[in-house]
Amino acid sequence: MNEIADRPPPEEEEPTTSAGRLMLRQKAGGIIPPVLTAIFAFFMGGVVIAISGHNPLSAYAGILDGAGVNWFWDHFGNTSVLDLTTFNLTQTLLRTTTFIFTGLAVAFAFRCGLFNIGGQGQYTMGLVVGIWVGAYWGNSLPNGLHVVIGVTLAALAGAIWAGIAGLLKAFVGAHEVITTIMLNWIAYWFASYCFGQGGPLQNTTPGQESNPISDSVYQKSNAIIPVLWGNEGLQALHYGIFLAIAALVVFWIVLNRTTLGYEVRAVGFNPEAAAYGGISVKKNFFLAMAISGLFAGLAAGTDIFGWKYSAGVLDVQASTVGFAGIAVALLGRSTAVGVGLAAFVFAGLDYGTTRGLDPNVFEPTLAGNLSLMIQGLVVLFVGADLLILYLWSLRKKRFATPRMSGKGV
Amino acid sequence: MTAIAERFTGPLATPKRVGVAGVLLGIAAFWIALPPVHERSLVVPALLAAVGVAAGIYAAAKGSVRAGWGAIVIGALGVALAYLATRSSVDNLQIVFTWSSLIAAMFVFATPLVYGSLGGIFSERSGVVNIGIEGMMLMGAFWGIWGADVTGSWITGVLIGMAAGALMGLIHAFLSIQLRADQIIGGVAINLLALGITGYAFVQIYGDENISAGVSEIPRLNLSFLDSVPPDSLGNFLYGAFGRLSVMIWIGFVLVVVTHFVLFKTPIGLRLRACGEHPRAADTVGISVYGVRYAAVTLSGALAAAGGAFLSVGVISSFNENMTGGRGFIALAAVIFGNWRPFGAFGAACLFGFSAALAFRLGNAYSGSVPGLDVVAQTLPYVITLIVVAGVIGKSIPPAAVGKPYTKQ
Repeated sequence: MNEIADRPPPEEEEPTTSAGRLMLRQKAGGIIPPVLTAIFAFFMGGVVIAISGHNPLSAYAGILDGAGVNWFWDHFGNTSVLDLTTFNLTQTLLRTTTFIFTGLAVAFAFRCGLFNIGGQGQYTMGLVVGIWVGAYWGNSLPNGLHVVIGVTLAALAGAIWAGIAGLLKAFVGAHEVITTIMLNWIAYWFASYCFGQGGPLQNTTPGQESNPISDSVYQKSNAIIPVLWGNEGLQALHYGIFLAIAALVVFWIVLNRTTLGYEVRAVGFNPEAAAYGGISVKKNFFLAMAISGLFAGLAAGTDIFGWKYSAGVLDVQASTVGFAGIAVALLGRSTAVGVGLAAFVFAGLDYGTTRGLDPNVFEPTLAGNLSLMIQGLVVLFVGADLLILYLWSLRKKRFATPRMSGKGV
Repeated sequence: MTAIAERFTGPLATPKRVGVAGVLLGIAAFWIALPPVHERSLVVPALLAAVGVAAGIYAAAKGSVRAGWGAIVIGALGVALAYLATRSSVDNLQIVFTWSSLIAAMFVFATPLVYGSLGGIFSERSGVVNIGIEGMMLMGAFWGIWGADVTGSWITGVLIGMAAGALMGLIHAFLSIQLRADQIIGGVAINLLALGITGYAFVQIYGDENISAGVSEIPRLNLSFLDSVPPDSLGNFLYGAFGRLSVMIWIGFVLVVVTHFVLFKTPIGLRLRACGEHPRAADTVGISVYGVRYAAVTLSGALAAAGGAFLSVGVISSFNENMTGGRGFIALAAVIFGNWRPFGAFGAACLFGFSAALAFRLGNAYSGSVPGLDVVAQTLPYVITLIVVAGVIGKSIPPAAVGKPYTKQ
């Protein structure tokens, strides 16, 4: 606290954290930069498709169909037809649920000037605890209560895992990027151990002991989130999507209408100034990380009790939902509405390029990597759209002050 | 010079030296329970460890906190591990602790980390955070083996891989230097992009098959004269540990020395470090901060890619999607653990390589009796790094201006 307050005040009026600076400039352009970013990223993806000798238009059309977007013109408003189109859309919405949570996990910390790269590890710890509670514990509880306890404990596991990074940041100044990456890998190996052969959460079903996967919540206790849309047993959309939408609303209210949110944003904008104003920077660093982890843990909890029901070593090692959360939060500009929309875009891209994609149109193995590339390009152009906004702010500055500070751009 | 003179004229038993001796005793306590000594009773290890801990307490009380606590912790660990070793069968111990091949395996596991961490040191010493080491390494791994496959020579393969890594470095440099984007975001983008590009290109070029066998491999340097070093057991050990190492491992050793020399003994190194510590001062005396940083980040990409190429061309002679599996992040951890110094990072890389080699062997020997032991060993690099960044074992201090974009005036 004191060492921050003792430092001289910052020279410029800009926020002192990179994340804060980014936020300021991102807000300046409204919805235009994110839309341009997405269009440009998809365009570059199309160039790659064309270079590799495929037709970008048919590939993208196939991805849209794979994401089930054609439901909106095929049978819009009619939820009773359960064909492939509907199935694809429900799958996209399932992943939207997950991505909203993992996106919020990055966005909330970001508003406090912290970069939570650890969404993946927090999600993984949530998976472990969710499976433990759901399939190995409390099977005599009423199903509804069991689900609530399971999702809550999964969320808490994520919060604790992120809270470690928050505490280290607050008290010893350890950079949250380094600590969250390390915690990701510790969680990765811990979960691999739990679900792996001989691990404590390994399948106990006779004949399945050599399968590195956990018991199924569905089979053990049937404590599952009820199905909202689709055939139960066929990965249907569950009521968790409403929890995700509620999380968006809570995110907005906490940030914009509460003292906690005010303090978090103040610290994110400029920790030195916030400390001058009597805000505890340490407390907010810790709380912001813990709340971020809570969102990531919620993603895991709703996944386990909503549609995955079990988790295996391969799930843990191949999962990238936490990293997708980074792209979601950056494209969504760390706002509630933005995260919701970006989560839908990336969820559609994720499902539409993998299992939803018709292999005759475009190879899913190629498209899955295309999806990663587009995520990378989006993140890259979030950096590059600073250029546009920077030039914009320079143009204004030129009229305001005679000093030029932007040579070389 | 006086400092060096004092080192030799001062009292023999300084607290620090007592602490270091305690650390060595703690290691010895474990070591004598292992092959080839095979002490089967716990008395001698316990005695050694007790003396080590006592030395640690003395050192800590006399003011050498770091060495003292190190001795206490390592003494306790040493006796615990020795206990486990005495309980374990001699056969299993001999599978795991064949020292010569364990050391050779350590170098194989450590070398990608050595290259990656040298890259990280160049980039961070010049003031640019490089989270993208992982992605640059992955680019080197794919394009390296592709180059070796197409050109039929491992040398051009590695060079092509390095060029691909350098290109990623150049993109990161442009983003973080020219556009002043958040360097963490840039690095995350590089990682996602590399994952997508290599995966896409791999599927596009090689389809469902892998790279065909018989690709030009990195040769091993056969030092048969080591085998004839007297006495016989020493000769066997030296030949087993160092006699058949890959050429790129030896190049890695040389590069560590060269990097140390360049960074700390030449004007170029002084300029590079000045850009990372105080870019404005460097600019004032006529150093091109942008130029130095561009060169350093591009070089860092090439070095990291060389480490990746070693993995694909040198170790497994093929490619898997995401085959670097987080080694870039461990390399980054080695940079921090090594306090941004080449020899420190090399030591850290060897420690991490040793724990990886050990994990591999423990998995083979004890998979039946002690499930999860190999997994615990896998998390070691990450746990150690967490402890280091938390400042428990001495504080590591990054370059002052690292992560801050520089604006010319």
